[in-house]
Amino acid sequence: MSLSAVRKVAVAVFKESVRDRVPYSLVIFAVILMGASFLMSKLTAGQDFKVIKDLGLATMNAMGLLIAIFIGTGLVSKEVEKRSIYAVLAKPLTRASFVVGKFAGLVLTLAVNLGMMTAAFYLMLQYMNLTTDDWIKQGWRAPAHDPRLLVAIALIGVQLTLTTAVALFFSTFSSPMLSMLLTLAVWVAGHFSGDLRNFQTAVDSPAAAAIARALYYVLPNLDPLDVKNEVVHGLPIAWTSVGIGVASIAAYVGVLVGGAVLVFNRRDFK
Amino acid sequence: MLAIDTDGLTKDYQIGFWRKRPYRALHDLTLAVEPGDVYGFLGPNGAGKSTAIKLLMQLIYPTSGSARILGRPVGDVDVRRRIGFLPENPTFYDYLTAEELLTYFARLFDIPAAERTARVARVLDEVGIGAERRMRLRSYSKGMVQRVGIAQALINDPEVVFFDEPMSGLDPLGRRDVRQLLLRLRDRGCTVFFSSHILSDAETLCSRVAIIAQGRLAAGGRLTDIVGVDILGWELVVDAAPEAIDRARARVRAVTPLHEHRYTLDLAPESPEAVLQALTADGARVVSLNPLRRTLEDYFVQHVAKTAKREAAL
Repeated sequence: MSLSAVRKVAVAVFKESVRDRVPYSLVIFAVILMGASFLMSKLTAGQDFKVIKDLGLATMNAMGLLIAIFIGTGLVSKEVEKRSIYAVLAKPLTRASFVVGKFAGLVLTLAVNLGMMTAAFYLMLQYMNLTTDDWIKQGWRAPAHDPRLLVAIALIGVQLTLTTAVALFFSTFSSPMLSMLLTLAVWVAGHFSGDLRNFQTAVDSPAAAAIARALYYVLPNLDPLDVKNEVVHGLPIAWTSVGIGVASIAAYVGVLVGGAVLVFNRRDFK
Repeated sequence: MLAIDTDGLTKDYQIGFWRKRPYRALHDLTLAVEPGDVYGFLGPNGAGKSTAIKLLMQLIYPTSGSARILGRPVGDVDVRRRIGFLPENPTFYDYLTAEELLTYFARLFDIPAAERTARVARVLDEVGIGAERRMRLRSYSKGMVQRVGIAQALINDPEVVFFDEPMSGLDPLGRRDVRQLLLRLRDRGCTVFFSSHILSDAETLCSRVAIIAQGRLAAGGRLTDIVGVDILGWELVVDAAPEAIDRARARVRAVTPLHEHRYTLDLAPESPEAVLQALTADGARVVSLNPLRRTLEDYFVQHVAKTAKREAAL
């Protein structure tokens, strides 16, 4: 696999996806949602910043997730379906470089989108900061442009990177619709990982509890990466847990992208 | 060193949903293409032409057999620096322009930035894509996409090009342009391997042909050997009275009326002069006289039919 080829494929994916209307429309939708949260916050005196930060982060997460799923699941399967892959694979690049380049291109697209949403988010917070009376600010547990927000956003980025890897993996061997459902299922299960571990407390069936526990060990745990609550409410972040979470996600991403390469290397493009 | 050679290339697909069974799309294909050849890979629809080309491009893997391009195995990534490929009915990225697509592909070939822009402009000029090169590909007609497909196959100045149905989707002017382009490639010393079921194009362009039918190599050879120089008969077109034609019937193989007083006569290869003299003496006017030789179409039909019969007998 050549890093130079990976970079070239990634740049092409980035160019193609920023021109696709889906990311644009989702970013615009996210900005509108954040604006709406600003208006809503006006109705909840004293809670403005919490509401805005909470909704802002949740919106970024949701929009990023939609982009990762919509584009990620079509990354390879659409190329195969449309047969645009034929001309590309006849060029001097390995199949591994192609798959990794596709992944890197979408991660780059997500990073740029997340960056745009972060900029819009901070602008809105700055406006709120300037138009809020000092006596109200004294009641805030966290400053207006709390740098810890960037930690929460970066961790959203890590979750989206995993989602992209899951979507890419499924897209190497199944249809876009099935890949979409499977990716969403992994994301949901990742956020309810703790419930899977303690499933025996909710069900009587030992078999169901065993399956849930097995899933807990197999599926990624996204809970430690969700620090929105801590950041919004000015609570301490469990850094060790976050560190372990990021490391485990990095391992999952490696395994998924590696798996995608293995599957893709063996495929016939009829 | 051969430009392309295959040795017993075979491809099976698994078909059926519940009970999978193998379907042999390509049987034991052995080919040798010399450098500089314009090689026509001909066959009816579904004969296995695209399967063979996909095996050469390693888009699919062979069940058995092997293939080499320029003496290197087809899996060698470096050999792809020296080849170009136009897939059948190509599609590219909707949101990129033709210029951007070719720039992307030129980057994959590590063509230096200083040379890239000029190279992209040159190949787009060569295939007749003008100001539209800055429009997104999603707005292109089928014929324009085909031209872009040909351009991307030439971006690296390849030594060997593989064109899968290059005339597909092109209007008559487009087909003429592609024919001229293929001849220019031949004159530059490039080996051209193209699949087609349009025999007139192959007859105009190819130095060698192979005919594939039902996944098997049915026949092949130099075009000059196949088409031949022997005269098999004459086609005479005359304007004549019906009585004059009736009197000449005994000396001709067949008469086909074209329209009022105009007929096509099929004459035996030996001396058409006697028939001509008799007809002109009877007041007929000669419109044209052409020799009949064995065509590529005759050869194609004969070998495809023979393969079909053999397959049916198995």
